[in-house]
Amino acid sequence: MKSLLLPPHPKERRVVFQNAWTQGYTPDIECYEKHGGYAELKKALGMKPTEIVDEVKKANLRGRGGAGFPCGVKWGFIRRDDGKPHYLVCNGDESEPGTFKDRYILHNDPHQLIEGMAIAAYALNANLAYIYIRCEFPKAAKIVTKALQEARAKGYLGKNILGSGFDIDIHVHQGAAAYICGEETSMIESLEGKRPYPRIKPPYFPAVLGLYMAPTIVNNVETLCHIKQILKIGSEEYSKMGTPGDGGTRVMCVSGDVVRPGPYEIPAGGVTLGELIFDVCGGLKPGRTLKAVIPGGSSSKILRAGESFKIKSKGADGEMIEKEIPLLDLVMDAASLAAAGTMVGSGGVIIMDDSRNMLWALNNLNQFYAHESCGQCTPCREGVLWIDKMTTRMVKGEGIAQDPATLQNVADNIAGRTVCAFGEAASWPVQSFLAKFPEEFAVGEK
Amino acid sequence: MEHHPVSSSGNSPVIAQAETIPADLLAKIDEAVTHYPVSKRSASLPLLHLWQNHFGFIDDSAVKWIAARLDLEPINILELVTFYPWFRQQAPGKTIIRVCRTLSCAMAGSYELREKFCHSVGIDPASDHHHGLPTSPDGNYSVEFVECLASCGSAPVCLINDDLHEDVTEADVPKILTQYLS
Repeated sequence: MKSLLLPPHPKERRVVFQNAWTQGYTPDIECYEKHGGYAELKKALGMKPTEIVDEVKKANLRGRGGAGFPCGVKWGFIRRDDGKPHYLVCNGDESEPGTFKDRYILHNDPHQLIEGMAIAAYALNANLAYIYIRCEFPKAAKIVTKALQEARAKGYLGKNILGSGFDIDIHVHQGAAAYICGEETSMIESLEGKRPYPRIKPPYFPAVLGLYMAPTIVNNVETLCHIKQILKIGSEEYSKMGTPGDGGTRVMCVSGDVVRPGPYEIPAGGVTLGELIFDVCGGLKPGRTLKAVIPGGSSSKILRAGESFKIKSKGADGEMIEKEIPLLDLVMDAASLAAAGTMVGSGGVIIMDDSRNMLWALNNLNQFYAHESCGQCTPCREGVLWIDKMTTRMVKGEGIAQDPATLQNVADNIAGRTVCAFGEAASWPVQSFLAKFPEEFAVGEK
Repeated sequence: MEHHPVSSSGNSPVIAQAETIPADLLAKIDEAVTHYPVSKRSASLPLLHLWQNHFGFIDDSAVKWIAARLDLEPINILELVTFYPWFRQQAPGKTIIRVCRTLSCAMAGSYELREKFCHSVGIDPASDHHHGLPTSPDGNYSVEFVECLASCGSAPVCLINDDLHEDVTEADVPKILTQYLS
């Protein structure tokens, strides 16, 4: 990735990425220790587990996998002393189209993840953890497996780690090319050796009935690396890097029609969309104008160039005021993107310029969801296939006048009617593309 | 990845994979099972990976053998092989080329890239993807589209055996293929 070899952009603040591209930095444990590695694990083992959970809560760390749930709140669901076994699962199934950050951590700085996991396991009283890595990352699995062996040999993992009396072992578990496994209950089924059909919630919230029906926390790779960084710089400093309720930095993965695509680690809310495209990523390709932005992975609702949003914020006197915010002035944090009707999701920003056909782009995503639906719920299994068939037909110029209305109807009847959020993930692109670019879907009027 | 494709159309009798399990594979299987102290069933995917990495695909004997090793019914393994796209029941080419199909790569030309790979190794780009991997007549290459490989910033990308190739142009294809001469 060329952009990573450049010095950090002034808008960037590399925290979880701080070592990954340092000249001469290698993924072995000696190099990690030289860079302060495992110092926070030592610190953590001297703290009360509840103090660690409180630090994570105060840091306002939101999950970096897509759903953006506050990590400390999630951890708070685990009752440390309930007498049950607890498990920690790291979600390294990175497969939301537009998202590309976790692979770099797994390849270049695996011990940062392992340290974050050991700290998390101690805080959650989990003695067994798995790193679920998609099998399309074969090198990552090898690198992380080796790193785990090194950490075991040095006493950071295994029985009675660093003489603390706490036991934790971690293993790599490879997926098998199914996007659905990124959904946490699906991942748990897959870890149990089953077809990865997501579980229904309630009652199967992982923190209550997770892996092997025991309380389980599933966290994204980047999220777990932030745990180490929170202990390093303290929750107060960490949360200050972001916005209220969305602390720290977030890796924004920018792809598509920009001059310098890449993953950029930026304080939450630290850039507007316009700054991200035109400043950080060097702008659009020569002679092109902006057409559309998918802001948080392929499942997030698309935004159209030129639109603006009414967003409420707190004024200087503490009163809420409503302002009209143009698309390019939209701040890239969880609250602002939610107010614009979409989401920061997994940080996968796909930029499309005026050369792009929105019907073609939606059809590409529809094929993805049709391929990846696990087939458990009828509305999704059938609906997503038909959505794909319809847009495939429309791309060939064989659409019929009622196709846009039928697409809308089918999408509306998937979202909210499935066991997991895949139903929404597959419907939101259809609903938002139709709403934002109706002229590109009208049949027979071109 | 090691691949030892077994031809199912040749004249020599097909030997069941479970008849020829080498000692090092058995050792790896035993080690993998220890990673799951709570439930052996959890080792299903790891065992299928180890098996496929060695034999190239999963045959009927493998399904029965893995099930027996984990105290499961064969259907518990077969239903994984048929669900997860990574597992195959037919021999692939010696080199497997997986081109990313999803949006950012498609915008950067991955459809054209896949066709270029297909034409370069003698595969009909229109060949059916759902009945075994499209494989070149000499058995050297398989080419398939896969969904997002999570490298959208260096699109288009492809995964060839274990190697990720980034920012691949059609002009790069001949040079890339020479790295995988069989």
